[in-house]
Amino acid sequence: MLLQTNLKHIATEDDFNKIINENENVMICCGRMGPMCLPVYDVMEEFENSGDYNHVGFRDMLFDNPDAHVIRNLPECSGFMGLPFTVYFKNGKVVKATSSIQSAEQVKEILDTEFK
Amino acid sequence: MEKYDFDLIIIGAGPAGLTAGIYASRAKTSTLILDIGIVGGQMVLTYEIANYPGVEQTSGFMLSKTMKKQAISFGCEIKSNVKITHFDCSRKVKKIIVNDSIEYNAKAVIIATGGRPRSLNAKGEEIFKGKGISYCATCDGDFYQNKEIIVVGGGNSALEEAVSLTKYASKVTVVHQFNYFQAFDFAIKEAKANGKIEYIMESTIVGFEGHEKLENVIIKNLKTGKEHYMKIDGVFIFIGYEPNTEFLKGKIDLNERNEILTNDDLATSLDGVFAAGDVRKKNIRQITTSVADGTIAAINAVNYIQCK
Ligand SMILES: Cc1cc2nc3c(=O)[nH]c(=O)nc-3n(C[C@H](O)[C@H](O)[C@H](O)COP(=O)(O)OP(=O)(O)OC[C@H]3O[C@@H](n4cnc5c(N)ncnc54)[C@H](O)[C@@H]3O)c2cc1C
Repeated sequence: MLLQTNLKHIATEDDFNKIINENENVMICCGRMGPMCLPVYDVMEEFENSGDYNHVGFRDMLFDNPDAHVIRNLPECSGFMGLPFTVYFKNGKVVKATSSIQSAEQVKEILDTEFK
Repeated sequence: MEKYDFDLIIIGAGPAGLTAGIYASRAKTSTLILDIGIVGGQMVLTYEIANYPGVEQTSGFMLSKTMKKQAISFGCEIKSNVKITHFDCSRKVKKIIVNDSIEYNAKAVIIATGGRPRSLNAKGEEIFKGKGISYCATCDGDFYQNKEIIVVGGGNSALEEAVSLTKYASKVTVVHQFNYFQAFDFAIKEAKANGKIEYIMESTIVGFEGHEKLENVIIKNLKTGKEHYMKIDGVFIFIGYEPNTEFLKGKIDLNERNEILTNDDLATSLDGVFAAGDVRKKNIRQITTSVADGTIAAINAVNYIQCK
């Protein structure tokens, strides 16, 4: 159960734990192939390819994957009612989470603030 | 600052901009398309497109991908997720700066920046986007299983989405500013026949409140001026689209709705600047009409460049 993007995917809870524990800075976008999600994956691909964010691990995860409870059930996402759920981890801890579509400018601001 | 020269710069990579890119690049005009977001524009918002001639059924995402591929195959360059921070097209050489760091110069420009869903601009709207406020029923409808929601609007989109949201919600209240709907008869009939839908007419939402997520809205009766609170789980807003022309204000002729004014050749009030698609004043806004506009604007822009 994977998304059809050019990003690296998280398929299981184990993958999730590995990526957030082995990388200092991680951005995970958990969604579907829908209109509010596609622009966020696109921004992530753009930033990943730009070379400006080599210190950040960019991943996506299918919202309907049963293992995506690791994102869906985060306390930081408890009020979220719009896809995608985008969560930023530093040293394995959530430092920021957003719900619904985000622009390149909004994502950049978070990356530059949280992952300096 | 990095500097690059092109014959033609197209602003916006929706169907109008991508079509203009295909035509101009095919005519061996060096062409750059700049977009603030994802390539495809509003097409990406469309799950299923069934009225694009020659393609029986596709998704907006797939049609965007194909148009992008076609434009690139003819040599068109596309830069997405970039912000225009300086726009000066009043002189012979048109100057555009993106992200305050790269300068692009061109002989002609096509503006194809389309539109975006209109916001209510009510108190709290920004805070609760994605936390109870949505603009996409297909994306977020299933978060509202057995919950009570509001749909704001009275056009075709609002009424059709109100009906589709009754699949999930226990009750849908349509809040509309007039005492009549601006939708086709069949859409009104279908909504009226649905027992889960109620109506608050001649009213609008003036405030959104809650803690972690949306909990209440303030509804104002536009006739009496009276306001009342309503406890609600979610609000879907479908009150039309507005043109993306903020960066053009005072620089190019716009009408009272901020749409770009063009002549039959899609030329604007600025020499060498053309406009195509939903961003300009016109009556019918569809992918086909945007594609037609992109074609006309590109051919006229290429002629303009060759005659200079
Ligand atoms: C939900 C929905 C469903 C629809 N369904 C259909 C359908 O089934 N069939 C149909 O024919 N039509 C449909 N439409 C209408 C159709 O999508 C639009 O008419 C068409 O996309 C308009 O094309 P455009 O290129 O003019 O503008 P847009 O598609 O709006 O593209 C404009 C582009 O410009 C970019 N942009 C905006 N501002 C700037 C800026 N300042 N700098 C750089 N770039 C900028 C945007 O990011 C965007 O990519 C639908 C629209 C919606 C919203």
